[in-house]
Amino acid sequence: MSQLAEDAPSSEPAEAPTAAASDPSYDGLRLQRLTKSFGSGFTAVDALDLDVPRGSFFALLGPSGCGKTTTLRMVAGLETPTSGSITLSGQDITFAKPYRRPVNTVFQSYALFPHLDIYENVAFGLRRRRAKEVKAKVEAMLDLVELTSQARKKPAQLSGGQQQRVALARALINEPEVLLLDEPLGALDLKLRRAMQIEIKRIQTEVRQTFIHVTHDQEEAMTMADTVAVMNAGVIEQMGAPAELYENPRSTFVANFLGQSNLISGTVVSRSSDVTTVDMHGIQVSVPSGRTHVDGDRGWVGIRPEKVLIGEEGAELDAPGNTIPGGVISDVSFVGVSTQYLVRMPWGQELQVFSQNTGRTRMFRTGERVELSWRPEYAFLLDQAQDASAGAQRDGQ
Amino acid sequence: MSETVRRKGRIGYLLLLPAAAWLLLFFVVPFYSLVATSLFDPAGSDFRGYEMDYAFGNYVDVVRDYAGPLGRSLLYGALATMFCLVLGYVLAYAIAFKAGRWKNLLLVLVIAPFFTSFLVRTLSWKLILADDGFVVNTLQALQVLGDDGRLLATPVAVVAGLTYNFLPFMVLPLYASLDKIDHRLIEASGDLYANPFVGFFKVTWPLSLPGVVSGTLLTFIPAVGDYINAQFLGSTNERVIGNVIQSQFTDANNYPVASALSVLLMVLILAMVLVYVRRAGTEELL
Amino acid sequence: MRWLRERLVLILGLLVLVYTFVPIFVVVGMSFNNPGGRNVYQFGSFTLDNWKDPCGPDDLCSTLLTSIQISLLATLVATVLGTLAAFALVRHDFAGRSASNLLIFLPMAAPEIVLGSSLLALFVASGFAGQLGFWTILIAHVMFCLSFVVVTVRARLAGMDDDLEQAAMDLYATPVQTFRRVTFPLVLPGILGAALLSFSLSFDDFIVTNLNSGNTTTFPMYVYGQERVGVPMQVNVVGTLMFVVSIAIVLGMELRNRRRVAA
Repeated sequence: MSQLAEDAPSSEPAEAPTAAASDPSYDGLRLQRLTKSFGSGFTAVDALDLDVPRGSFFALLGPSGCGKTTTLRMVAGLETPTSGSITLSGQDITFAKPYRRPVNTVFQSYALFPHLDIYENVAFGLRRRRAKEVKAKVEAMLDLVELTSQARKKPAQLSGGQQQRVALARALINEPEVLLLDEPLGALDLKLRRAMQIEIKRIQTEVRQTFIHVTHDQEEAMTMADTVAVMNAGVIEQMGAPAELYENPRSTFVANFLGQSNLISGTVVSRSSDVTTVDMHGIQVSVPSGRTHVDGDRGWVGIRPEKVLIGEEGAELDAPGNTIPGGVISDVSFVGVSTQYLVRMPWGQELQVFSQNTGRTRMFRTGERVELSWRPEYAFLLDQAQDASAGAQRDGQ
Repeated sequence: MSETVRRKGRIGYLLLLPAAAWLLLFFVVPFYSLVATSLFDPAGSDFRGYEMDYAFGNYVDVVRDYAGPLGRSLLYGALATMFCLVLGYVLAYAIAFKAGRWKNLLLVLVIAPFFTSFLVRTLSWKLILADDGFVVNTLQALQVLGDDGRLLATPVAVVAGLTYNFLPFMVLPLYASLDKIDHRLIEASGDLYANPFVGFFKVTWPLSLPGVVSGTLLTFIPAVGDYINAQFLGSTNERVIGNVIQSQFTDANNYPVASALSVLLMVLILAMVLVYVRRAGTEELL
Repeated sequence: MRWLRERLVLILGLLVLVYTFVPIFVVVGMSFNNPGGRNVYQFGSFTLDNWKDPCGPDDLCSTLLTSIQISLLATLVATVLGTLAAFALVRHDFAGRSASNLLIFLPMAAPEIVLGSSLLALFVASGFAGQLGFWTILIAHVMFCLSFVVVTVRARLAGMDDDLEQAAMDLYATPVQTFRRVTFPLVLPGILGAALLSFSLSFDDFIVTNLNSGNTTTFPMYVYGQERVGVPMQVNVVGTLMFVVSIAIVLGMELRNRRRVAA
């Protein structure tokens, strides 16, 4: 059960299978050693192990091509795994036909049937299973997504946001054990996205079904999900609650893909039960043991830009512990709620600092000499064998 | 997001088999038969039967004897295609860019006249272009035609008929191409070049080329093979290759000559189509 | 002036459209013609006689019936075979797919006179010259309609979003139900369009038919035969009716589409 966010702050690697993996009494969705290779030799998903607890809102987050959609399609039954297994409530559904598994999908393109009206689109799954009380159920579902007045319209007559809600209703009405959402908000504009994020979250809280949400948008994943799994190159890099992932990333990929990080090269000097001491270009800093994710000597000291405090040289800063003198401001951008600085350090690296505009400190100008500091408990230490820019090449960050 | 998934296996063959067999049996085999017939000894006849003689001389003979009709077919076809292109482009352009919400209605109207029998339509041109008709009288009054000038039974009438009859084959692919062009590109060209004529030749025309290529082919091929227009609207001076092939088959019963002419026509046309196929790939036509 | 310049292209386009309708007006007008004298290519005086007795001239209605029979059968066979082939080409992967595409494409690139004379050469060579008639015409018509059906249905199928069928499967539809409830209804307009096209191609064909008809006479052959001696005015009645009926069908389909979208 180490995969669960609620009890998973351990340093165990995310991909490791757990002893509980073969437990048939597990009532969630369990992927074991799930692999999908394509004819061309490309492996989209590589021996993936994943437990999704019943009733959770789970996000699979990663850049395009990381294998998240392929994983989703294997769970839906639209793609056949090369090896591995998928079990749902203890039942093996690895090779079950898509129409024989209690799983429904909200497609990225919505895939609403253009020749059927909204009512019939929503009723489609019920009718296929010859369910009773179709009318009452459809009406209740249309009510839930606030589309009762549009029931007799064709999909083409609806706005993007309305179509999205029809797609959601059409899947939800079947009361699937797992609802899969494949980039469901990708086609909407920013404002509508925000509204729909809240909407979907509201519906999930109401229906209490398991939602698996695939997205490349880290903000969306963190806003909506209670557990986020960051996926990269066919494997899960790290999994946990959004805050846990953000505060204590275990790899450079996660550190960069979720928000931004300053990664500074350093050498481990000593380790104790509480802290690891690292020499960073001649300056000794400490990192809590629980945030140390490196076995060898060489590491990246990571610190989020908003955790870094900036002050005049020699000033008393409210951050006992790690102080790095000798910085020179090389760029200042005022963005309203905060001011973003680029600070060139004595060893040539530029660090990012986000300073809240609380009014307590003055703004610095380009060329000024400054001192940086942070509380040791905010830092983390990553393996230097990893690429410091992994996951960072993203727009708008 | 997902790509077309093509299933492998035997079902594909089973689905394709009936249509493919039909085309093999009634298109490929017949064409082979046509080629074979074209090499028969022309001395034979329907009665006595023909002998396979590998008489490639048949081709020399038909080129010598029927260069006139063959040349006329290609010429009339080319002229009609050219006029179709001009008229069709104007019409397709108007529908694609200027018709607004009347687009669909206009498209229906483009096809509508062509639901009436081809022969009946062509016959009515005979009436329109008749010697005492409105068109001829008007042209005579305007001194475009001499006092005893006429249109019927001239190449002009034949080309006019061809142009008329094959116009939709030009308009529809042109429209399909033009309709796909992003309006902003044309606006951008207006912004960059200022002159709408330059904009047209630098942006609209090149982007509509796929439609132009398939439209011209779809017009040219049937226009070259057609002989109804020549028969109804022309005189014996306007005999085209279709007339000759038809009468060699059914009246003269000279199968080797008729077949050789037919093969020659097909080869000429195929050569032109192959150039196109090279350029665009088979799946893109139509 | 400015008004004219802005609408120049539209006006020219509409003029071209008017040009395409001129012969139709003539046909409709001539259906009310009483030529009086010998020249049937001139308007004599107005009469309703042609409309009251459309089957008056010998053979007109019998050839029309033959044409309708052949066209209906050819449409049925070509639509079924062509639709199956279109599914094969879009949905299935097999060796020889591009060769098949070429096989489908070539008949459209061949002029009718070549298609017709090839078939005749085959029928003669295989000793069927004496059996030319209804069935050989039907064979020929199915042959040249097939390619157009495949191309039309294939375009419709290829333009269909694959996600729709996957969504149906995801919503508990078996493959058979998916086909019945989603695939087929979505492809149907393409199939109907292909059928309409087949019917008009078949009904209108003269060149291929004339070479392979033996003693059977279709309506276009009848018109062709009468051209020299003077076409009876009732032919224009048939032409007018064809125009009206097809316009009604096309507009009906268009209206249904509109209502569907606007409902």
